[in-house]
Amino acid sequence: MFATLTDRLTATFKNLRGKGRLSEADIDATAREIRVALLEADVALPVVKDFIAAVRERARGEEVSQALNPAQQMIKIVNDELVRILGGETRRLRFAKQPPTVVMLAGLQGAGKTTLAGKLALWLKEQGKQPLLVAADLQRPNAVTQLQVVGERAGVAVWAPEPGNGVGDPVAVAKSSIEHATSRLYDVVLVDTAGRLGVDEELMKQAADIRDAVQPDETLFVVDAMIGQDAVTTALAFQDGVGFDGVVLTKLDGDARGGAALSVASVTGKPVMFAAAGEKLTDFDVFHPERMASRILDL
Amino acid sequence: LSRERLDDETWEEIEDTLLTADLGVAPAQELVERLRTRARVEGVQSPEAARILLREELLALVDPALDRALRTERHVEDGRPAVVLVVGVNGTGKTTTVGKLARVLVAEDRDVVLGAADTFRAAAADQLTTWGDRVGVVTVRGPEGGDPASVAFDAVKVGIEQEADTVLVDTAGRLQTKVGLMDELGKVKRVIEKHGPVDEVLLVLDATTGQNGLVQARVFGEVVDVTGIVLTKLDGTAKGGIVVAVQRELGVPVKLVGLGEGPDDLAPFDAEAFVDGILGES
Ligand SMILES: Nc1nc2c(ncn2[C@@H]2O[C@H](COP(=O)(O)OP(=O)(O)OP(=O)(O)O)[C@@H](O)[C@H]2O)c(=O)[nH]1
Ligand SMILES: Nc1nc2c(ncn2[C@@H]2O[C@H](COP(=O)(O)OP(=O)(O)OP(=O)(O)O)[C@@H](O)[C@H]2O)c(=O)[nH]1
Ligand SMILES: [K+]
Ligand SMILES: [Mg+2]
Ligand SMILES: [Mg+2]
Repeated sequence: MFATLTDRLTATFKNLRGKGRLSEADIDATAREIRVALLEADVALPVVKDFIAAVRERARGEEVSQALNPAQQMIKIVNDELVRILGGETRRLRFAKQPPTVVMLAGLQGAGKTTLAGKLALWLKEQGKQPLLVAADLQRPNAVTQLQVVGERAGVAVWAPEPGNGVGDPVAVAKSSIEHATSRLYDVVLVDTAGRLGVDEELMKQAADIRDAVQPDETLFVVDAMIGQDAVTTALAFQDGVGFDGVVLTKLDGDARGGAALSVASVTGKPVMFAAAGEKLTDFDVFHPERMASRILDL
Repeated sequence: LSRERLDDETWEEIEDTLLTADLGVAPAQELVERLRTRARVEGVQSPEAARILLREELLALVDPALDRALRTERHVEDGRPAVVLVVGVNGTGKTTTVGKLARVLVAEDRDVVLGAADTFRAAAADQLTTWGDRVGVVTVRGPEGGDPASVAFDAVKVGIEQEADTVLVDTAGRLQTKVGLMDELGKVKRVIEKHGPVDEVLLVLDATTGQNGLVQARVFGEVVDVTGIVLTKLDGTAKGGIVVAVQRELGVPVKLVGLGEGPDDLAPFDAEAFVDGILGES
């Protein structure tokens, strides 16, 4: 659809080779191209603005190197900056000193929380843990059934004392899951919650109540890689409403560029920890910032 | 738009508003260019006047005159129900939309049959059946992991036998990049067509979706010839601006919007309300 950033910058710098420092005009032209590339990758506008300011700053201080052409050099600056914001090194899941470790999942409707719960459970099981899935979405039709099926596929136990479909109190289920896990020696509790909107105050309060009931060691914000400009508003609303420690990006098996990774990491300062790239329970990996940076820049 | 004079910053604010609504870079820039030209030609001086122009141009882009009617009426000539096929990527709200649409039709006294042609996702057929039970219509389902095309075929068959008005077929979410799954979707449609043509193919787009929404619409359009868009989750903070490009490029209108998770949260697309949403006036 559009030329890649590399092509665009190469065109911008056609006549530039070996000029010493980049001129202000060169930097302006570069900034324009980067802005378009990031926006087309769905990076949120306020994040694009901050990002470009930072890149400008770096570009001003840099000598045009002999080894790289200016386009390559700018790409490297942009890429480095992206990787830095995306978190450099991958952060691991923190386990509680005193089991069970509690992980709570939160996010918008349809982001991929329930599927992720199954993926995490399988991944933990394969590391010798004894996970327990908790059905605390009692709202979405058959969310409980879905988690039970997922649990069965993963070969992991599911705590589902309430049928859902509007029946039962999710806060009570979450609370009782901890007692259940403690008495049955499950060492990781994975709490699946209903999807909710950032602007839904009542449901945000419910999420905070669930959090207070289980006191998670990790709260993970699950976000769809296809999300556009709303990523910032929504991430901030969840940070405000429930708070979270890490981010999980889902549906990376598609062709969305995934600028949301940058938006969310940048405005919340929380690292992206995991990447989901498929519907199967094994389609799951720790997050790799370098891969994500290349994907956003279409390198 | 609190400024007194129409300067570069005002135009930038306007462009930012459009970008923030996921309209896309090129459409936003084109729209601003057109506005600037109009403002010059028409001697527009104040930000308020520019804002009125903006609303006008945006509304023209969204095109209130498009035919957004949904074909759900029984074919009297050959005694066949209308068939609506619902498609889209994962998690956009297809199953929920089928449930809500059934509710609307039942309220109009129509006989409706649901087809659970998502045999793949965990408890997808259960979810649709719960919706069917809620609104009081039959759900035709098949074995888990079974052939979705044969479930869809059976649903339409049941619809014909029961002399239903409308058969609504839910399908599994699939990313447009999955060639095998897209082929499967094409087959679902072709197999249904053994009973006769499909009346509506609704592509469900999530309002939070960014620029990938256009790619989704293109590919689904190629595979199953989409006749309408359903824009879901407009009750959140997302504006769904990508549908402007979708409508323009593919000529497929947004027909319905999803405004919540409940059975009554489905509404016809309203161009003015949509534009006001983008401009932050609703
Ligand atoms: N292609 C793809 N699909 C995914 C991925 N993760 C989840 N899905 C699909 O996305 C859809 C929604 O996933 P769920 O796990 O039900 O999402 P959720 O956040 O629990 O949804 P709610 O509970 O309704 O808010 C399902 O069709 C999943 O199979 C992924 O990484 N890739
Ligand atoms: N807020 C809001 N939530 C919605 C709307 N439409 C659907 N949802 C929610 O979005 C989530 C996904 O909806 P589904 O109907 O299961 O989506 P789907 O497209 O069938 O998902 P898959 O079959 O897994 O691909 C559920 O939690 C729904 O309740 C809407 O208009 N507004
Ligand atoms: K909205
Ligand atoms: Mg769920
Ligand atoms: Mg579904």
